Amino acid sequence: MSRIGVFVCHCGENISATVDCAKVAEVASELQGVVHSVDYKYMCSDPGQTLIKEAIKEKGLTSVVVAACSPRMHEPTFRKACAEGGINPFLCEMANVREHCSWVHDKGEVTTSKAIDLVRTLVQKVKYNEPLYPIKVPVTKTALVIGGGVAGIQAALDIANCGHQVVMVEREPSIGGHMSMLSETFPTLDCSQCILTPRMVEVAQHPNITLYTYSEVESVEGFVGNFKVKIRKKARDLDENLCTGCGLCTTKCPQKKIPSEFEQGLGFRTAIYTPFPQAVPNKPVIDRHNCTYYIKGKCKVCEIVCPTKAIRFNQEDTILDLEIGAIVLATGYDIKRTDFFPEYGYGKYKDVIDGLQFERLASASGPTGGAIRRPSDGKEPKKIVFIACAGSRDPAKGIEYCSKFCCMYTAKHAMLYKHKVHDGDAYVFYMDIRAGGKNYDEFTRRAIEADGAKYVRGRVSRIYERDGKYIVVGTDTLMGAKPMEVEADMVVLATAATASPGAEELAQKMHVSYDAYKFFAEAHPKLKPVETNTAGIFVAGACQAPKDIPDSVSMASGTAVKVAALFSNDELTRDPSVAVVNRTAPPMYSTCVGCFLCKSVCPYNAIEEEEIKDRQGNIIKRLAKVNPGLCQGCGTCVALCRIKAIDIHGYTNKQVYAEVEALLNEL
Amino acid sequence: MKIGLYPGCSMEGGSKEYRESVYAVAKAFNIELVNVPDWNCCGATAAHNLNKVLSLALPARILALAEQAGLEEIVVPCAACYSRLVMTQHELSLHHELKEEVVDALGMKYEGSSKILNVIQFIEKYILPELEKKVSHPFAKKVACYYGCLLVRPHKVLQFDRYDDPMTMDNVMNKLGADAIDWAFKVECCGAGFSVSNTQAVATLSGKIMDDATHRGAEAVIVACPMCHSNLDMRRPQIDKYLGRKTKIPVIYITQAIGMAIGIDKKELGLQRHFVPVDLILDRKQIVAEENVELTK
Repeated sequence: MSRIGVFVCHCGENISATVDCAKVAEVASELQGVVHSVDYKYMCSDPGQTLIKEAIKEKGLTSVVVAACSPRMHEPTFRKACAEGGINPFLCEMANVREHCSWVHDKGEVTTSKAIDLVRTLVQKVKYNEPLYPIKVPVTKTALVIGGGVAGIQAALDIANCGHQVVMVEREPSIGGHMSMLSETFPTLDCSQCILTPRMVEVAQHPNITLYTYSEVESVEGFVGNFKVKIRKKARDLDENLCTGCGLCTTKCPQKKIPSEFEQGLGFRTAIYTPFPQAVPNKPVIDRHNCTYYIKGKCKVCEIVCPTKAIRFNQEDTILDLEIGAIVLATGYDIKRTDFFPEYGYGKYKDVIDGLQFERLASASGPTGGAIRRPSDGKEPKKIVFIACAGSRDPAKGIEYCSKFCCMYTAKHAMLYKHKVHDGDAYVFYMDIRAGGKNYDEFTRRAIEADGAKYVRGRVSRIYERDGKYIVVGTDTLMGAKPMEVEADMVVLATAATASPGAEELAQKMHVSYDAYKFFAEAHPKLKPVETNTAGIFVAGACQAPKDIPDSVSMASGTAVKVAALFSNDELTRDPSVAVVNRTAPPMYSTCVGCFLCKSVCPYNAIEEEEIKDRQGNIIKRLAKVNPGLCQGCGTCVALCRIKAIDIHGYTNKQVYAEVEALLNEL
Repeated sequence: MKIGLYPGCSMEGGSKEYRESVYAVAKAFNIELVNVPDWNCCGATAAHNLNKVLSLALPARILALAEQAGLEEIVVPCAACYSRLVMTQHELSLHHELKEEVVDALGMKYEGSSKILNVIQFIEKYILPELEKKVSHPFAKKVACYYGCLLVRPHKVLQFDRYDDPMTMDNVMNKLGADAIDWAFKVECCGAGFSVSNTQAVATLSGKIMDDATHRGAEAVIVACPMCHSNLDMRRPQIDKYLGRKTKIPVIYITQAIGMAIGIDKKELGLQRHFVPVDLILDRKQIVAEENVELTK
């Protein structure tokens, strides 16, 4: 027989201003099973909680209903109080009479009667509550960091420095990501490679970090603390233990005219190559699509010249099986290329380039050694136009968001150009200058005031080529709103930042949500910015949304703390509100008939097939089984189960029906 | 084969040669064009500036008449008429109440089932497959294909070609043996209806078009819109004054170009009606030489 206590909170005046709390308590005291019912000004305060604890002891309460705010606010508080009072915390329920009642209705009898109804339903429910105990799962204290850009590097180093093992996986032959391609960084104009390469080396040399480059995640199974990850280590055609990185193979390779990905197509590489001289690891790969041996069946010059005999033609990919406790996604971003812009020439004009290409032109290690030259004829451009928001904030292009870092890098580009071409003219067409950030606005002002970049507020409608010049047709919306044309030698488009290729596929492998633009979704836009909605998987850097280096690095350090916190326990405690398939005595074993509809709809892959065997090992029955480590308690399987064989602990069908019945039956 | 034709006002008046050439080409390909019976004005620029329902009712009547006459496809050579008809069909398919209002005003049944083709679509569908083997006088000239605004925009409704750099006419011209140049003013505004009210604006806008075409060596501009034609052709003195130089190249309808290449008589194509004389001589010698080679084989 239940002995229920009801505690009605005034929440100062938040509830009592519109709800007659004393009456709620009075009516509740007459409900069947209720042996104690009081109201109090602040139930969450210390004296309020003491009321509950003492009542449990003195009146021998078996369960408790607190009529107060949303359970999202204070359920943990009251459950803790109940535990201290001596009952299982899951025997405490909350009736939300604030957000669901007093805040949204006017003062009056109807409002009070709604509050009473809410209390009645929970009183009925709590009669069927059962004691629950937190689920414990073990933790593998190794983190997987996917992506070796600046965010991944930061996350890996921070986690490794906490003393945990880290595996870093990067799909390119070298780590470094986009940051390694940049010339200088805003707002300090310090050299990007100079600050990044030491950190890349640190990753390679850190005793706690295992680095797999030219590798991709093949599959992910398991759950927080217990992921099982398969990594495909793509064939480099190289014995990495023998290779010393001397570079002889790359200098002797006869294929010398392959557009370099690292140089954004502005420079060339060989078929056996390292993306750039500071690559980590400094071990080449063979690009089979362009290698003479793979195309024609003979060459093998690299094999002949290699002093350590490290080349291995026809090497096969290897698959690695890893046990992982937590995962950091740091897969970065991509940008739209110039061919996305029909109005700017469909990418057919060689001197209309994107921001990353300009970075390579301006970089001291770039194809021109840092001299600004037109890709078409190698001449120094005397008039250059930068177009901000190329694609970004443009619903007509299907990209409604701001790419965030373009305003800053466009100002930087204009500056770098003016520093290198003193007699040159730099125009910047912009919509707004978004320079929020420490020393950011000062930086853009410097580009305009000190370096004389000509900022024109207006959009560019099109670009066409005429006699080797590019006619940029735009509008100056501030100076008389007139159409204007600039005859430029070169145009740089600050193209929209987009999700990294393959992001969607990876998100699906990981069971991580992503937005309409394929950026990974954080669990909460404000309060859980580095978590995903899958426990144990975190997100850092521009794979979540376009962001600059400082933001990516801070976010990465944030994920590192989350991972370290996860690894600070030997076991994980999880909320026991998970789905459970019922079990009964043989020969039924369960009312589950093994249709596995639940398995197909579970968003977390938490449902497994279980075989019931007799003593001879013959399979008698197949049942669904919920992995409590993976289940998030969403209830989709419960709704779908045709025979009601699944229930969620704390929200069983019985409990929900009791609530509905209470509402249907008048007092 | 019978296909409907909506001529609109310009083909009856200022752009007679356009209609003549459309008919001549259709005839050469054994296609019978049937006028939409009792057709009326499409409303042009005037109607949709004044009264929304009227601007939809006028084209809707044309479409309703075509349906009554059992014309499943209607060719609309004038780009402005084409735009009005397609826009009407689109709007009425989206807005049920508007449709009821328009149908009520018409007092006729309207389904919106007719397929509306502009001249380029018509050529692409019915002429292009048979075109190459009929070419007797290859159009061996550098040409600038000019589409103007209404053939390709609004793209969401028309869904025709690439709106920034359409290529359909270029492909047709290349099939005729021409060298369709890549140029920058394919879809720029010619000044359209300002032809009468603000000639200077037309001179400036059309001037830029002619400037780019001639600068890139075009020997003719190919069009598929009566308004574009009259601005580039009839307003040439003003254009030349704006440019400060004489631009001599003719402006030819795509149907005229096809007619010339397949050997239809100049008069039948109405080429004599242009202000800028069409004095292109398609190279016969080359054809004769090729024919001889064929014969010796």
